[in-house]
Amino acid sequence: MRTSAVIAHRLLSAVGLAVAVVTAVAAFAASAASTPVLGYDDARHLLARTGFGPTDAEVRAYATLTREAAVAKLLKETQTTASTTPPGGALDTSPLQFPNPETSSAEEKASFAQAQAREGIALRAWWVREMLTTPSPLTERMTLFWHNHFVSSQAKVRFARLMYRQNVTLRANATGNFGVLLHALAKDPAMLVYLDGVRSRKGAPNENFAREVMELFTLGEGHYTEQDVKEAARAFTGWSVDRETGEFMVRPRLHDRAMKTVFGTSGRFDGDDVLDLLLARRDTARHLTEKLWREFVSPDPDPAAVQRIAERFAESRYDIKVALSELLLCDAFYAAENRGVLVKSPADLVVGTLRTLGIEPEQGVAFAVATAVMGQSLMAPPNVKGWPGGEAWINATTLLARKQFVDRVARADGMSTRSERMTSTRPAKAGGALERGLSSLHFDSARFMGQFPGASPGERAQWAQRLLLPVAAQSTEEPPNDATAIVHGLLLDTAYQLK
Amino acid sequence: MDRRAFLQSSISAVGLNALGIGATSLAFAAAPQGATYRNLLVLIELKGGNDGLNTVVPYADPTYYALRPKIAIARDDVLQLSDRAGLHPALAPLLPLWKNRELAVLQGVGYPGPNLSHFRSIEIWDTASGSDAYLTDGWLTRAFTASPAPRAFAADGVIIGSYDMGPLAGDGIRAVALSNTEAFLRQARLAGAAGEARNKAYRHILRVEADIVQAATNLDARHEFTTEFPQGGFGNAIKTACQIIANPSGVAVVRLTLSGFDTHGAQSATQARLLGELARGIVALKGALTELRRWDDALILTYAEFGRRPRENLSAGTDHGTANVHFALGGRVAGGFYGEAPVLDRLSGDGNPDYAVDFRAIYATVLERWWGLPSKPTLSERFAPVPFVKT
Repeated sequence: MRTSAVIAHRLLSAVGLAVAVVTAVAAFAASAASTPVLGYDDARHLLARTGFGPTDAEVRAYATLTREAAVAKLLKETQTTASTTPPGGALDTSPLQFPNPETSSAEEKASFAQAQAREGIALRAWWVREMLTTPSPLTERMTLFWHNHFVSSQAKVRFARLMYRQNVTLRANATGNFGVLLHALAKDPAMLVYLDGVRSRKGAPNENFAREVMELFTLGEGHYTEQDVKEAARAFTGWSVDRETGEFMVRPRLHDRAMKTVFGTSGRFDGDDVLDLLLARRDTARHLTEKLWREFVSPDPDPAAVQRIAERFAESRYDIKVALSELLLCDAFYAAENRGVLVKSPADLVVGTLRTLGIEPEQGVAFAVATAVMGQSLMAPPNVKGWPGGEAWINATTLLARKQFVDRVARADGMSTRSERMTSTRPAKAGGALERGLSSLHFDSARFMGQFPGASPGERAQWAQRLLLPVAAQSTEEPPNDATAIVHGLLLDTAYQLK
Repeated sequence: MDRRAFLQSSISAVGLNALGIGATSLAFAAAPQGATYRNLLVLIELKGGNDGLNTVVPYADPTYYALRPKIAIARDDVLQLSDRAGLHPALAPLLPLWKNRELAVLQGVGYPGPNLSHFRSIEIWDTASGSDAYLTDGWLTRAFTASPAPRAFAADGVIIGSYDMGPLAGDGIRAVALSNTEAFLRQARLAGAAGEARNKAYRHILRVEADIVQAATNLDARHEFTTEFPQGGFGNAIKTACQIIANPSGVAVVRLTLSGFDTHGAQSATQARLLGELARGIVALKGALTELRRWDDALILTYAEFGRRPRENLSAGTDHGTANVHFALGGRVAGGFYGEAPVLDRLSGDGNPDYAVDFRAIYATVLERWWGLPSKPTLSERFAPVPFVKT
């Protein structure tokens, strides 16, 4: 709004209508106050950025709300628990059993690995289904955001149920308090395994967690010294995991009780003390605000706006809803130049396509595999920095996988026999699950197109484009008359890769 | 309509300039005449940070055994290359290359002000920046932006089996990433958008589509090798690389990745398995390149974000380190030792050795000696090449 006023100012003063400027700006402000509802395009933008692909009905319901009411509703409807039931293995509380690296046979090791891989696949399938069916997409988007912030990977953690418990913790605090979340994740068993906390002890501290908690989870690169890492690593010694229950436990004899100096402050710190020192530093709120900006607003955070929001976030003692609310209400979020500037993540693309088209598959496994083929294997980010996202989502391999997926979905009308099999570089079994999942989809394109208002197919095609694309279509061809061809054309349009 | 005809018709239909191909051709016209992209570069990333001290083992140094009571390679198991250093036993398949003087061992490769974070340090390597500078484009992207490969090439570079573009990141280079050539060609039929890019992300996607079309028009996977490729992911990646190299339209760079070297605990078995995969893969690569008569114009280089700390940790593993050892292999490599082995009784405060060779000197060797390009524009300053390739 401010930008528009500036542009209006420049345009008008350029033609010498200085008096008119004042009038125009005043009129602009007045019209903004008297038409406060979002309208279709802003509502669509808000829902696409904070959830997965919205349906036409969802967009129309939000279109009549003001920005403030819409954001308040989104935040109010967030949840702290999942709506679907997790797979049985995830809830198992029997003692953890794992092979001994030295004494177990190769068969025992292989059967352990297979069992965990099976449970891991069931877990991913469950999470994708939760994303597909949740009444609060923002909850899952934030759970996924924190999964990519406090990264752990089953590739190292091995036990699927520890990954599940971490996922529960992430969701419970997804839109809660960042300080609570940070303390919980530092004691999270999957995290303690993933970043080698369980290997750390007095006299031989492992620096992995201490380094990443500063570089990635709180302050950001360049806002701490190597000495801070070394000292903090000593403070975290003694935090461990019970080998039977897989629960967090403190092993006092492994804890280094001596003095430590972190950020110039000295004391007999333990892990919680160091986390509080990290939360007290301004860099933490700024680092997180920038990351949230890149997630929701644009790839280029506006330093002044970030500064303002970070201050509010810190003042609220890290209430995540405060940061989200500020971001989703700021003018930059709605600015025309920030539409279609973010690349959809694979989860966005897969879950969003199915949601926006109104397809609810019976199982999630195929779609967990689909995100993995596109470079986002849930519960297994590539490294502790997580998926880099943005343009890095798109290379020749992943772009073709994305196009092939939407091609298959759009043609899943029971009529086409010419569809190319979706190719997977994963093991044949996973590829089979993907193929079965895609084959079982049914998309009724006539019904989808029929939901839009308008007397002619051309008018309805315009509405479909407003729902499916964040900006005008790349293709300038006349939209076809056939419902499947309309949807197919829009899903394969370059603009569909963006949000 | 067959695939090639389909793609060609779709290219002409969409308009080359809109896709950015036109810009590439203009840049090519300005390329220096001396660039010789007939010389192929194969990069192998040892992801996670391979432990160099257990790769090229200073078996005559008692300090080495004192620092690594659990994980040191026993003197009797070391494959001795000199009276001081020898290879990890899993690298035995490379011994014939060493004897043939086709293996250069580059010791003490690092950079000043080392960063111990995986992400930051590989970013430094991939962008060839100083440790306090932040660049976004890969070093090869900068080199190929200034001097593109011939337009008839399928691509400047191909990334195999990884989603991250590493030294080929950024726009200005024609690069594709793929895992399997046949699948790539089948899927490429869905690519081919045209039009005006409205923002940075949009432009990136359009460029990737254009690169797909160009690569798919010029690549096939039909070449049959008599060389047998090792089973497993890395063996498959080597095979895919060889099939791509076999195409007459050519590529200048292939980047492969072998992952899993971040051995903080129970290192010995993991590293032995990975080094075995590496050695067998390199031997297969040599076999296939020899069949193609390309071994003499191929340079294989390993790289990684960092080496590992000389002193083992309490988990029978090693933590993040600094200077590392790397290999250069090929028919025109001048085999032998280069650089300096880490001095283990002179470690820094954090327990890491100093570097002897700046990794950018290795890049300068590739740019100047291998491709005949000036290195300074790409690397910002001049690094004296290391004489491990015969000119």
